[in-house]
Amino acid sequence: MKTKPMVHKTMKTKSNNSRRNFMYYIKRDWQLYLLLVFPIVIVLVFKYFPMAGLIIAFKDYKILKGFVGSEWVGFKNFAEIFSNKDFYRALRNTLTLNGLDLLLGFPMPIILAIMINEIRTLWYKKINQTLLYLPHFLSWVIIAGVAYQLFQPRTGLVNILLRNVGLEEIPFLTENTHWVFSYVLIGVWQSMGWGTIIYLASITSINPELYDSATIDGAGRWGKIRYITLPGIRSTITIILIINLGRIMGSSFERAHSLGNPIVKEVSSVIATYVYSAGIQAQKYSFTTAVGLFQSAVGLVLVLISDWISKKIGDEGLL
Amino acid sequence: MHNINEFRHSNYTKGKIIDLAADIFIYFTVGLLALLCVLPFVHVLAKSLSSDAKVTSQLVYLIPKDFNLKAYRSVIGDPSMIRSLWQTIKVTVIFTALGMFLTVCAAYPLTRKRLKGRNIISVFFIITLYFSGGIIPDYLLMHRLGLLNKSASLILPLAFSAYNMIIMRTSIQSTVPDSLEESAFLDGAGDIRILVQIVLPLCKPIIATLCLFYAVGRWNAYQDSVFYITRQPMYLLQHKLNLLIQTTNTTLTASEAQPDTVTNPEVIKSACIIFATLPIVIVYPFIQKYFVKGVMIGAVKG
Repeated sequence: MKTKPMVHKTMKTKSNNSRRNFMYYIKRDWQLYLLLVFPIVIVLVFKYFPMAGLIIAFKDYKILKGFVGSEWVGFKNFAEIFSNKDFYRALRNTLTLNGLDLLLGFPMPIILAIMINEIRTLWYKKINQTLLYLPHFLSWVIIAGVAYQLFQPRTGLVNILLRNVGLEEIPFLTENTHWVFSYVLIGVWQSMGWGTIIYLASITSINPELYDSATIDGAGRWGKIRYITLPGIRSTITIILIINLGRIMGSSFERAHSLGNPIVKEVSSVIATYVYSAGIQAQKYSFTTAVGLFQSAVGLVLVLISDWISKKIGDEGLL
Repeated sequence: MHNINEFRHSNYTKGKIIDLAADIFIYFTVGLLALLCVLPFVHVLAKSLSSDAKVTSQLVYLIPKDFNLKAYRSVIGDPSMIRSLWQTIKVTVIFTALGMFLTVCAAYPLTRKRLKGRNIISVFFIITLYFSGGIIPDYLLMHRLGLLNKSASLILPLAFSAYNMIIMRTSIQSTVPDSLEESAFLDGAGDIRILVQIVLPLCKPIIATLCLFYAVGRWNAYQDSVFYITRQPMYLLQHKLNLLIQTTNTTLTASEAQPDTVTNPEVIKSACIIFATLPIVIVYPFIQKYFVKGVMIGAVKG
């Protein structure tokens, strides 16, 4: 009599058993689960709902009909993207600006980190690092504000100085080509200091004995940089490069929006600002959602490709 | 290592000279780049503290001429500016508090190894680092929830940061010994009590750091203000500043042509820039090293 129910219990299906276990865990750790409820709800509503909202890229979204009620249109919105001139302009500008950013902005922190690493006077190093990190902490609005104070025609400091030494003014922010380079160089200026942190940390982790033996072998300073420091931070460089390549389709709304002005509209409209004006301002919701989805899909593919390439050439990948 | 270096060089004067030249070059270049990072701000500060006349006649470089605080007085005297400032402070404070609350609520349970479903929940949070709905789905959500033109739209969507959660989790794991929590748990203390009485007091430094991350991030961002807020009085300070800079750029020649303007727009703009920069610059010396640490923790996770 006593053993029978026991046998019966163990014979019961395993799922029943684990369900009781699950309730047991909930009961034991209910306080932990309670804590988790708050962030889970917030993340669900404000991060996952918008992800689900991406379906309107395949619909003809009407505010009154809502997400579910709006009609399916398949890939019509995507087809429309590629016949839209403004989109092409935004895409072209995004790729041009990001390409130049990568070209000029990517090597700068590496060079700077190596130079900072060569400074042996500790206080001088500290002061310079503090100053170099500063622009990272300021908003694009402030940076743009300062940029206009410096580079504006007539009243900008740099143009005043140029005039004072008898040179002609340069339309840094008011002529298309000049604006593109100003945009890129301001970006390099803003991020070069901050970008060194990761490389400096990477340099610190290089085995110091390598430098000692190189010294004994007669390597000079340049030799040590060339044969020890650079190979030592190679994997970090690769990872940062992969991350940057993945971002080549991305665009910072704030940077383009605050540095741009109506005169240079032709070159300053990037995907994010285009989505804002065509989506939020002109209310083409489905179309601009498709643009955003296209942008992130291409970005993802780019990350995967560059990761694959870096694994092929023998570096460690990111993923 | 250093000694060997010098010993070697003492035998080769040529090498020593090259080394010295390299040193000079490096010290000079790095110093110059560092100066380039602050001089623009010094110039703007000087402008904001100078008289209209001196700025108009373009005599102000790095030192204020005819020192005065008139521009700041008119910035502070502008009610819409003060309203924006107040709105920004309010949003930043609530945002930081809520962000910190959510971060702790997510991070602490995920450090408990006995928690069932720990990995799945963790992935649930971390996915948000890599995928998002994007501008329009976010906007439509705000619209559906009726949060457009409400401060909540500037607080709730960004309040949870998976990045900060990872930092918090890593830091709890490394500062609070597992045995301490387990023994308190076995003694019958509830998890929330352990969190409040043991874990949080031990994690004060990281909490302070993450609060600064949240606060600085919120203070600087204005994208969501542009997207979600259309009523002028509710603009965040950065948004308002952006508007100010943009409008005077386009109408610059017009406003310059009017001699009766009370203050040179350039001076007002400078004062506004400094006004919005000041809070960051004040906390900057304290926060810098924590941010550097944050970069490192964030990098380790990948």
